[in-house]
Amino acid sequence: MIDFEKIRSSFPILDVKVNDNKLVYFDNAATTQTPTQVTNSIRNYFNKQNSNIHRGVHHLSNISTEDFEQSRKKVKEFIGAEKEEEIVFTRGTTDSINLVATSYQKFLKNGDEILISEMEHHSNIVPWQLCAEKTGAKLKVVSVTKEGEIDMDHLEKLLNEKTKILSITHISNTLGTINPISEITKLARKYDTKVFIDGAQAIAHQKVNVTELDVDFYCFSAHKLYGPTGVGVLYGKEEILEKLPPYQGGGEMIELVTFEKTTYAKLPSKFEAGTPNISGVIALGKAIEFIEEINLDLIFEYEDMLLNHYNEKSNKIEYYEPFGTSLNKSAIASFNLKKVHHYDIGVLLDNMGIAVRTGHHCTQPLHKKFNLAGTIRASFGIYNTKSEIDYFFDCLSKAYKMLY
Amino acid sequence: MTSVEKIQNEIVEELSLFTDWIEKYEYLIGLGKDEIDFDKKFMKDEFLINGCQSKVWLYAKQNNSKVTFHAYSDAIMTKGIIALLIKVFSNQSPDDIINSKLDFIDKIGLKSHLSATRANGLMSMIKQIKIYAIGFKEKNG
Ligand SMILES: Cc1ncc(COP(=O)(O)O)c(C=O)c1O
Repeated sequence: MIDFEKIRSSFPILDVKVNDNKLVYFDNAATTQTPTQVTNSIRNYFNKQNSNIHRGVHHLSNISTEDFEQSRKKVKEFIGAEKEEEIVFTRGTTDSINLVATSYQKFLKNGDEILISEMEHHSNIVPWQLCAEKTGAKLKVVSVTKEGEIDMDHLEKLLNEKTKILSITHISNTLGTINPISEITKLARKYDTKVFIDGAQAIAHQKVNVTELDVDFYCFSAHKLYGPTGVGVLYGKEEILEKLPPYQGGGEMIELVTFEKTTYAKLPSKFEAGTPNISGVIALGKAIEFIEEINLDLIFEYEDMLLNHYNEKSNKIEYYEPFGTSLNKSAIASFNLKKVHHYDIGVLLDNMGIAVRTGHHCTQPLHKKFNLAGTIRASFGIYNTKSEIDYFFDCLSKAYKMLY
Repeated sequence: MTSVEKIQNEIVEELSLFTDWIEKYEYLIGLGKDEIDFDKKFMKDEFLINGCQSKVWLYAKQNNSKVTFHAYSDAIMTKGIIALLIKVFSNQSPDDIINSKLDFIDKIGLKSHLSATRANGLMSMIKQIKIYAIGFKEKNG
């Protein structure tokens, strides 16, 4: 059982008032709120141990280095990686994708193919476009069905010997669809296609095991996992990371520097140039502890219950038009109301204390395919409740009446 | 007092009758639903205002010594705000438009209900209105 009161009390931000209303935070797909366990860790770091890591001989540097590396170990266990060398700390999902899309250029040539899907976040489109431009590789795009699922037949058709990389999101930040990663990976394994998974929307909402999924790369951001902004993770299989050239040069990532030639540090330092976000990485470790204490299987169950409750309510509204109707969904609901603009709804909900996202949610091609100028998105986290959803629908109908 | 200032004061007075945000928004929505004088042939990218969350198209015409503004948005609330701007700026001389101070937006308490991105959109609209006025002034010599 989830100790709900305890969870809520870890998030003082939930007591914030917006326009005299209690805040209802339904924008968890954009960023999750940060529990006191995590903010305390950041304060503690700066009050008691701030120092640079991996280089000092002094006390502060030693404990910071230890905590930093402890976080790496936690991440490794959290996602079921085999080795700590496979965990690279980055600035976030976007940074992780850019790292691979840049370093991997060494292995791509004219005529090779990179495969993504129509439901990708701009962060999983643009870096690959840049990569394709640089290398002469072609970017191929798998279709999404009208329910908002990956068209698996199309995926199978597009895969071939030339497909060097397949990069797909684990869960769509707009549609909420949970993609069948193991199935996709099996198809890719028929060829020598490397599989990269954007786990930004999955990591805080269901148990992820990169070894069981058999993916080559997996990445996520701490700030969507109840951790701080500015920190993320790139997981890569050791044998592949070994072969990849460094992404950025600087301190930390070197073994020996002369003006003639530099040799690079071992994994994962090879990919961690410069002073990292030390407090953020340590806080990410705390966020993982926080989540594991609640238990991800229970979190999935709880959020699924919220989504079901939401769907029961939305199904009764005849002017409600859902975007993304897969049966295999995470707790994300994008929609429009007939004949009103998503922005008008967003403004009115905001005045009633409800935080939702309006617009294209960084998936412009997906919206364009379905002829949508934008949608409203409600996305849930562990602190949301059924009664918040009830309040949301009351406000939604009030807003609709005002506008229509 | 210039006519631009006078109209602004009238708007502020009218909106001050409302006691809560819902009434204010209902008023704006009402304005947004009104028929407007907008020729749809101007719904082209070159007339789009940047920085708005909803789409806004704006064009201007000159009638003798006065400038008229015509704008459209796909969002009703935005259309309501546009209607207020047009009330203030349309049928004024280029000089009065260029030199006007816009304090009614602060005074009607709308700004606090607009997020930074939305306030930016509003600022872009006003900037574009002034740019049109400057253009007409130069053309007139
Ligand atoms: C599916 C997906 N990919 C990538 C990102 C980008 O994450 P970040 O901005 O933390 O790098 C997001 C977040 O908006 C996302 O939802």
